[in-house]
Amino acid sequence: MQAVVQEIVGQMGNEKAPLLQVLLAVQDASPRNYVSEEAVRAIARSMKVSRCRVYSTASFYTEISLKPRGRHLIRICGNAPCENAGRTAIMEAIQQELGIEAGETTADGLISLEKVSCLGSCYKSPAIKVDHQVYGNLTPEEAVAVIRSLREGGEQ
Amino acid sequence: MSMIDCQLVFNVENREYVDLDLYRSRGGYGALAKVLAADPRESVYVLKEAGLKGRGGASFPTGLKIEMVRSNQEQERYIIINADEGEPGTFKDRYIMTHLPFQLLEGVTIAAYLAGASRGILYVRHEYDEPRSVMRESIAQAKRAGLLGENILGSGFSLDIELFSGAGSYLCGEETALLSSIEGRKGRPQVKPPYPTQQGLWGKPTLINNVETLSNIPKIMEKGALWYRSLGTEDSPGTKLISLSGDIRFRGLVEVPFGASFRDIVYEYGGGPKPGRKVKAVNIGGASGVLIPEEMLDVPLEYGACARAGITIGSGAVFVLDDTRSILDNVSNRINFFLHESCGKCTPCREGLRQAQIIMEKLIAGQAVMKDVQNLERYTRVMQNASFCGLGQAAGNSVISSLHYYGEEYCSRCKDGEEDLYGEESA
Repeated sequence: MQAVVQEIVGQMGNEKAPLLQVLLAVQDASPRNYVSEEAVRAIARSMKVSRCRVYSTASFYTEISLKPRGRHLIRICGNAPCENAGRTAIMEAIQQELGIEAGETTADGLISLEKVSCLGSCYKSPAIKVDHQVYGNLTPEEAVAVIRSLREGGEQ
Repeated sequence: MSMIDCQLVFNVENREYVDLDLYRSRGGYGALAKVLAADPRESVYVLKEAGLKGRGGASFPTGLKIEMVRSNQEQERYIIINADEGEPGTFKDRYIMTHLPFQLLEGVTIAAYLAGASRGILYVRHEYDEPRSVMRESIAQAKRAGLLGENILGSGFSLDIELFSGAGSYLCGEETALLSSIEGRKGRPQVKPPYPTQQGLWGKPTLINNVETLSNIPKIMEKGALWYRSLGTEDSPGTKLISLSGDIRFRGLVEVPFGASFRDIVYEYGGGPKPGRKVKAVNIGGASGVLIPEEMLDVPLEYGACARAGITIGSGAVFVLDDTRSILDNVSNRINFFLHESCGKCTPCREGLRQAQIIMEKLIAGQAVMKDVQNLERYTRVMQNASFCGLGQAAGNSVISSLHYYGEEYCSRCKDGEEDLYGEESA
């Protein structure tokens, strides 16, 4: 972990590295999409700051997770345009398909489901984001189909 | 429509990705060459004459802001491009970054040159993976073409732009919170003054501008202040990108010259409500904006006229609710959004939103009484007047405007509902 973190911090300018960008890069490098306690220690050591400071920044931002998440992240937009376009039905269909609530991870560690404030895709609401890809104008059935293809791909 | 024929600033009707070659073949980067060869003071004067104002929401005059950074004694200066487009219902900066990246980069380079900044940071919200990757590639291309980096177009001026990512915080669109976030701290707002133009990133003078604002600059420098003023009105020159969403036939981005009415925006640009439906309310300016009824749509899109009518243009989001929608559900959604995004630094915002959420839930469940509605208004006023930053000050806009225009929806949900919400006060 120390080596991975040291490399990221080194690329970003060592002690002058921007902490939030380091946290995001460390999280992206983690297969479980989170910043572990060990990673926090390594960041603090590499950047010569206190762990408290690393936690202070890490815990403020919604997109930084201090707990392990699934290898794939499904984010459901919760804002008014998506809400009016049928977000609740999509959320329910996906929750049923995965057997988890928003904020939880499937038992096999494959998928986490999250509700987010806004995806900036209101021109195709209701929108969801699967890892780096935004899907819009979805019906609950189409949303479930996206999840199924992700599961099939993930199990290969 | 005739407005499609005329040359605007973005011409978004084309819906085309303009790569570097296409951009240059249409005269792109001509403005930069012109600015690099001219007296910077004259270029700043052109921007001021054009009357360009910030398009992120605060509508501060752009030329003046550049001048404030430029006139600072400190030589180490920064430019920050605010692409933390967090206002729900807004997707204009997303469009610019994915379709017109070089128009943005040319604008950034001109602004940086005029402000005397040689280091820039493009702060893109976390949710925007595609815009981030297009911008990363475009920055690299511009560098290879000598349009960014060392000695731009042989002028001796150098500018490096680094890409930063947000991490899901709406508040980081506020400029002082944005600075804290870039510096690696929690994205909480700071006291102003000092303003970022005086002491910004790492304590150095910093020009912070929105993506849309900067992307206006090349066209103004190319075609002149008079041309720019020929679009829009005396009060608000130029055009505004409007993000249309909700119960409307056309959802998407349109470019509207200032002076057009919101009725034009909803019915002409947006094609009106879906068949058989009527417009019930229009939310302008996103979650932090207001809800207005159909009768008010004749107000023109113009900073002065909107301010007088109590409308905040904000980021230019226009979200339409038809007659099947509940106002309370939508206001409740906004309150939940702000409660999640509040940083918790000041009490009015943190606690006011919590109380507002409790009352909204009671109302929706049919458990509220009129006293609750009065309290909701009281708490919201406190939030508006006493919150530390713009988030808390604007969080209650949907509450206050909906109480004003749709008071009967609140009253009808109360167990002891009265006909007139303001009956007691006016008596």
